[in-house]
Amino acid sequence: MSKPRVPVVEGMFREDAEGTGRLLGGKCPACGGFFFPKQWSFCANSACDGTELEDVELSDRGTLWSFTDNRYAPPAPYPAREPFEPYAVAAVELADEKMVVLGQVARGTDIGALALGAEMQLVVEPLYETDDEVRTVWKWSVSNG
Amino acid sequence: MGDVVVLGAGMHPWGKWGRSFVEYGAVAARAALADAGLEWGDVQYLAAGNTMRNGYPGYVSGATFAQALGWRGIPVSSSYAACASGAVAIDAARARIQSGQADVAIVVGADTAPQGFFGPLPGDRPQDPDWLRFHVLGATNPTYFGLYARRRMELYGATAKDFAAVKVKNSRHGLHNANARYRKEFTEDEIAESPVVADPLRLVDICATSDGAAALVIASAEFAARHQDTARHVRIAAVSTVTPTYPNTYLDMPDIATDSAVGAALPERSFRDSIAHAAYEEAGIGPDDLSCAEVYDLSTALELDWYENIGLCAPGEAESLLHSGATTLGGRIPVNPSGGLACFGEAIPAQAIAQVCELVTQLRGEAGERQVEGATTGLTINQGLFGHGSSVIVTR
Ligand SMILES: [Zn+2]
Repeated sequence: MSKPRVPVVEGMFREDAEGTGRLLGGKCPACGGFFFPKQWSFCANSACDGTELEDVELSDRGTLWSFTDNRYAPPAPYPAREPFEPYAVAAVELADEKMVVLGQVARGTDIGALALGAEMQLVVEPLYETDDEVRTVWKWSVSNG
Repeated sequence: MGDVVVLGAGMHPWGKWGRSFVEYGAVAARAALADAGLEWGDVQYLAAGNTMRNGYPGYVSGATFAQALGWRGIPVSSSYAACASGAVAIDAARARIQSGQADVAIVVGADTAPQGFFGPLPGDRPQDPDWLRFHVLGATNPTYFGLYARRRMELYGATAKDFAAVKVKNSRHGLHNANARYRKEFTEDEIAESPVVADPLRLVDICATSDGAAALVIASAEFAARHQDTARHVRIAAVSTVTPTYPNTYLDMPDIATDSAVGAALPERSFRDSIAHAAYEEAGIGPDDLSCAEVYDLSTALELDWYENIGLCAPGEAESLLHSGATTLGGRIPVNPSGGLACFGEAIPAQAIAQVCELVTQLRGEAGERQVEGATTGLTINQGLFGHGSSVIVTR
């Protein structure tokens, strides 16, 4: 039997069909501003007194703001695989939310072919495995249209 | 408010010395006092920058240094603002003097740094963005530096050769600085052979983590005039410790996402631009008045970003400014005459204070082979994790 897939942290994203999912954020009904992750129960806009945030899904597409490729294993608490595999990180701008969200780049992406402004799609991939579970994380993948 | 004057500057050399940060801080404090011609017994207030990786003494650094120098009953403060801690400590000490609660104060920052990447504090803390970015994304500090550098390349056509030129410049500046950890001239070929850490940045593009300490003795103008030849006085014309304005739409460490620009007007200036702007406003000067600047070159590419943030040139023109020689010693506005973080490595709570120490040395004309000719005005700029701005302007 295959291991269940479980998000690496609770409340930041949801996996739907295997490999697809959505980021989970907060939206202030008063000013319309978005927050990711939803750290607090209230709005942090200095010009807004909103005291509640709605739970919302964020856009699963955006444009590439920047990217980098990490060639060395980071320190704990990063669950680095053995042997260490380099991984790229992308910053993606969500048009509707007007915010930039970081994520690792999907495995197998040709980093050399990335360019600012590229259309990116949210995916869900394994980050690491325990004896019982596959711990998943959201990543950014080049959109295929 | 009356002027606040720097009477003494002192440092413990940067390196990996394997001793307690308290020892380095005490050495720097005594050096600053000797430079000021004062004794510990003259000091009425101590402000210190905290260190997060040396246990409880690091969280109460004001008391730690007061105890190490010998308890004397004076009030202290301990500030943490990540890389901006030193500027916040300077601000605390300056406020005491401006308010008339003290005539003379000492500011101390010291660190004993771990090897390799900075990680978050231990323990599982999903509520802490600094823990989250490491655990969920593997987003180290160099990851962010890589993102900024790549964006510079894509927006402005910057190249790895441009970044290397920053390293070559700073490595030459630091050759004659006895407090620098790395005193070695780099060539472009050596840099090109350095391993890539966070593409497009190589190991030598990214600053190391160091042990080190810096201290300043500051005083009211009246006290200063009584205790030191005014020819050596350097005036603190501004201290900026601003935070961002919502919505901050530029991705800052350690955030996983920026603020959303929905439902809020964009601020007049980006956070980084606003740090220097606040300092210029207080000092009543502009970028054209600067003789030199110490900018926080966590990476070579970031130094170029700062040229634009402090108004030395328009966005996208930093590479041209660099290659014109303007920011090299002997040029119009030398940047990082100390050698910068490239030659020091980062000793977090000491670094913003060390930047000011360098400018004091320059403005006094005591910088020897790295002297900026006729320096009269200098600016430091720096940014601490979690939204801390840091900029100090000093003048003759
Ligand atoms: Zn709101």
